[in-house]
Amino acid sequence: MMKDHAKLMQAFFASGDIVGRKKLQKMIYIAKKLSFPFHEKYQFHFFGPYSEELTLRVEELCNMGFLTEQKEKKSGYIQYRYGVTDEGKAFLASQKADPMPSLENCLVDLNTQSSRFLELVATMLYFDGLKEKDLVEKVHKVKGKQNYSNDEIDQALNYIEHLSMISS
Amino acid sequence: MTYSTEKLQEEKVFKDPVHRYIHVRDRVIWDLIGTKEFQRLRRIRQLGTTYLTFHGAEHSRFNHSLGVYEIIRRIVDDVFAPRSEWDQSERLVSLCAALLHDLGHGPFSHSFEKVFDFDHEAFTQAIILGDTGVNRVLSRVDESFPQHVSDVIAKTYENKQVISLISSQIDADRMDYLQRDAYFTGVSYGHFDMERILRVLRPREDQVVIKSSGMHAVEDYIMSRYQMYWQVYFHPVTRSSEVILTKVLHRAKELSEENYEFAMEPYHFVSMFKGDVTLQDYLKLDESIVLYYFQMWEEEKDPILSDLCQRFMNRNLFKYVEFDPSKEYKKLNKLEKLFQQAGLNPEYYLVVDSSSDLPYDFYRPGEEEERVPIHLMMPSGELRELSRQSDIVDAISGKRRTDHKLYYPKDCVMNDSTHKEIKAEIRNILGIN
Repeated sequence: MMKDHAKLMQAFFASGDIVGRKKLQKMIYIAKKLSFPFHEKYQFHFFGPYSEELTLRVEELCNMGFLTEQKEKKSGYIQYRYGVTDEGKAFLASQKADPMPSLENCLVDLNTQSSRFLELVATMLYFDGLKEKDLVEKVHKVKGKQNYSNDEIDQALNYIEHLSMISS
Repeated sequence: MTYSTEKLQEEKVFKDPVHRYIHVRDRVIWDLIGTKEFQRLRRIRQLGTTYLTFHGAEHSRFNHSLGVYEIIRRIVDDVFAPRSEWDQSERLVSLCAALLHDLGHGPFSHSFEKVFDFDHEAFTQAIILGDTGVNRVLSRVDESFPQHVSDVIAKTYENKQVISLISSQIDADRMDYLQRDAYFTGVSYGHFDMERILRVLRPREDQVVIKSSGMHAVEDYIMSRYQMYWQVYFHPVTRSSEVILTKVLHRAKELSEENYEFAMEPYHFVSMFKGDVTLQDYLKLDESIVLYYFQMWEEEKDPILSDLCQRFMNRNLFKYVEFDPSKEYKKLNKLEKLFQQAGLNPEYYLVVDSSSDLPYDFYRPGEEEERVPIHLMMPSGELRELSRQSDIVDAISGKRRTDHKLYYPKDCVMNDSTHKEIKAEIRNILGIN
């Protein structure tokens, strides 16, 4: 019952504060692609894989008082910061969620990366069925505006490998 | 004349209650409509189980797909064709993607996706790119054409303008389904001035925008979307039928995993239970097939499967109480135990349904680059996000919009012939008499 909400709470609890909705979206997508049991449905959008279901579920967790959402004004844009409340911790403790230590390592690591980089990693994972050359071409096509350099793409490829290791 | 530009000798029309007529002149479109994969959409209802709440909601994904095609046809032929920002060579791929955008939907696809971990978009791509009639038609245009159509639907096509026409916060898909669903459910919401919106659509570099003079027509569209969400898509009775349908599938799958012997081999479901469904298996499924099995399973010896199927077929649905997880999650743990003690498996008979379980959404102003918002094009050419210009849209964009309900079989809970005291306690917690 409310297992998907509980899994997300586990992810927030493990990650510490998450700054930015885009970052949050990409972190959960990447974790899902690494076979962690998140069931939020993703589709490709202008800014990479995005889940409306996740957005709404996070909104629900905020309305329940299990998460805090703070609006932070940056120069020219607004950013949201998410954290777990004491009520949220109590809810999590009441659920019989299985501990997932490798997920925790993975999320902590993802949370240290920039949202721009996670957008690239998530996009590359979205097209993981393609061969490396086609993948790079596809990234340049769908993410033309982001202007990712070859160095960034190499870093993303290495990072995906690193994630596979720490998540297994 | 090549196949891609070939026209029918005479225009074909489909009479349509929403758009009056659907016009087909392109040979490619006519051939696609005739494929068996597209005809299959006639046997899949657009609104799944909603017909159990609104008896008129029997319209199919076939109707809707033709409607989306017609809207795109009007945009590309009548509104965009003379505009320099629009590349007319994208016309055919736009029309085909509009027509085929829901091709991979299965029967009651939301429940099937949940239980069997399906993705209808992946099936859409598989049909377009696989060994199918649709693929053969598209390949006649050009070897790479099926991939282009598939990319538009998957939103990974290079030209974002084309994607935006078919899939964005104000797209042909939503414009059709809001009006069509309103018409067939019979509700008075869902109507807006589409003709006006089409006239003020403008192609821009990466998306389709709205001339600022059309803002009020767009406000009306956003309000329609908001009202349809609460009045139709999120109707508590529809959610109850969806809950039961999902539980039927869960139960059948669980029984199969336990090597339960069904009285009749569930031939169409076997590969789904095993998790190795092929495209051919998937295409064989439609709503008649699913309902046939439900009728057969009414007589199964497993009491849960039989009971849930009878409930669905005879519309003996679960009742609900409002549920506030923040205050009542502990109560839920207690209820689960009591249901168990009363001989009602809580896995199947006590269900929390949340707004996030639904495949519909509200308008979002696209903060932090989540989704591209609706942009108004001001007379200076500057783009402004809709909710910053419209007080009405701003008012409904920021409202609390989450909801949770707890579903349970009231008839069982009220029946005191067994477990009388436990059931009294359950009723007390649920606040029912």
